[in-house]
Amino acid sequence: MAAGLLLLALLAITIGPYPVSVVQVLDALLEYAGGSAGETDAQLETVLFSVRIPRVLAALLVGAALAAAGTVYQGLFRNPLVSPDILGVSTGAGLGAAVGILMSMPVVVTQGFAFAGGLGTVALVYAVATAVRGHDPMLVLVLAGVVLGALAGACISLVKILADPYDQLPAITFWLLGSLAGTQPGDVWSVLPFVAIGLVPLVLLRWQMNLMTLGDEEATALGTDPRRLRVLLVAAATLMTASVVAISGVVGWVGLVMPHIARLVVGPNFDRLLPAAMIMGAGFLLIVDTIARTMATTETPLGILTAFVGAPVFLWLLATGRRSW
Amino acid sequence: MSVLRAEGLGFGYPRFPVGRAVDLTLQAGEIMCLLGPNGCGKTTLFKTLLGLIPRQAGRVLVDDRDILSLDRRHIARVMAYVPQAHSTVFPYAVGDMVLMGRTAHRGTFSSPTREDRDRAIAALAQLGIDELSERDYTQISGGQRQLVLIARALAQDAQLIVMDEPTASLDFGNQILVLNEVRKLAAAGLGVVLSTHNPDHAFTYATSVHLLGDGTTQAAGCPIEVLTPGVLSRVYGAPIAVERLPSGYHVCVPTGLSSVRER
Repeated sequence: MAAGLLLLALLAITIGPYPVSVVQVLDALLEYAGGSAGETDAQLETVLFSVRIPRVLAALLVGAALAAAGTVYQGLFRNPLVSPDILGVSTGAGLGAAVGILMSMPVVVTQGFAFAGGLGTVALVYAVATAVRGHDPMLVLVLAGVVLGALAGACISLVKILADPYDQLPAITFWLLGSLAGTQPGDVWSVLPFVAIGLVPLVLLRWQMNLMTLGDEEATALGTDPRRLRVLLVAAATLMTASVVAISGVVGWVGLVMPHIARLVVGPNFDRLLPAAMIMGAGFLLIVDTIARTMATTETPLGILTAFVGAPVFLWLLATGRRSW
Repeated sequence: MSVLRAEGLGFGYPRFPVGRAVDLTLQAGEIMCLLGPNGCGKTTLFKTLLGLIPRQAGRVLVDDRDILSLDRRHIARVMAYVPQAHSTVFPYAVGDMVLMGRTAHRGTFSSPTREDRDRAIAALAQLGIDELSERDYTQISGGQRQLVLIARALAQDAQLIVMDEPTASLDFGNQILVLNEVRKLAAAGLGVVLSTHNPDHAFTYATSVHLLGDGTTQAAGCPIEVLTPGVLSRVYGAPIAVERLPSGYHVCVPTGLSSVRER
């Protein structure tokens, strides 16, 4: 699967308004690795290293991170209909980005706002859920996520009304629909460490993650501490989501649909499910993003395309009527 | 030394007490049957004994130490829990489900080893269901799921197994299979406490019985001595007689019906 993904990435690099062959890509990459410059013509180099390769890498990273976070959230909430946004990460990030755009901040600061907005919203949701006692803790967590997510959504609407309709509003709207059109060469490297940090607990706790899906009482009786693990796992998945959403905007469906398809292929054991979902998420978003930048003369927002692909797939999954996921 | 002891145990929920003043002791090699009418709190008592929900009064001692002072991994190596047969959200393979019983024997960050897999397969084989190991847990019958959960408890290698109505969803043959297995486990030195709706199980298999009703202990001790027709009739609210069969088994039968023989 990983080899297929590599091939897919190579093909995606060749596709675009400036035609490049696979051989040219490999040549340029080898040269880049060898450190000798000058052989390749400058225009090709710019297209590859400033535009296409950063964008392809961003698509892979965003897709993998969203799928990983979705897999964790679905397991923790013991619900296959859950997406990474259940606790309000994306909405919070959207609010952060909208505020950044409203204040005419530079792109990097807006990304920082989005990241902080996503993390902050989930932290607030968790704090509220911890303060409320005497109910099923997971139910309170979900409800707090829904309520605060809705609140953040209202705040986004408010920002939209305040925004300059010719300049800022389209930027906000475009950001909320998700796009990798504005990817800078450095974006992937600034986000990668956060994704990697988030991934560490998921890999280390991959076996415990299976027990978490049995519910708190059973997991406890089997010798784990679900409350503590849950905080760590939610934090890790949220960190991954918030950091990639900061560069891609809100991209729906990947975190909802990809874990399902991976589960159909390799089963629910997190040991195999996590890598499978990440590879599939990366591949899916790469394909969708390649379509997004080549389908029309203007960029098509990712959120629209993932919905057009994701919704039918999801309905098909529902209709095929497997009672268990 | 008792493996599990409850002293003056009150259980239930903060504003909804379920039971009170329960004392019980379980030694290694014993089989204790917990009997009681629907809704009397058998499951709540079990969860309290296992420390899964906070107790409302009294104490629970595991290996003579207060359960609150022990970490979950330690508790899981002493006590295994077999919940009532349920389904899972995700379709785990039966083998993986049983393998989860090994978690307490490994570190938080480790995955099961080859040794753990062998132990899981052995547990399945012990119950004669090793051919199920590749099947999805969600696709097998309720009775098979119950057996898988028991296999998981066996794989946990605990000193004591707490079983919540292990025979409820089993056919008659599998009930006998499970209860015979329970007896073998006790003979091998494990303690077993199980709840059931069938007092005959207490007569046939248990070394001691604990009858719960109206939120507290109604009878406790040797089954044949304490499960008298009077106590059973009162607690279950139906006329019940205890008869001794020529084979030596004791069984409960309803009384006051027009005689079966005449029909």
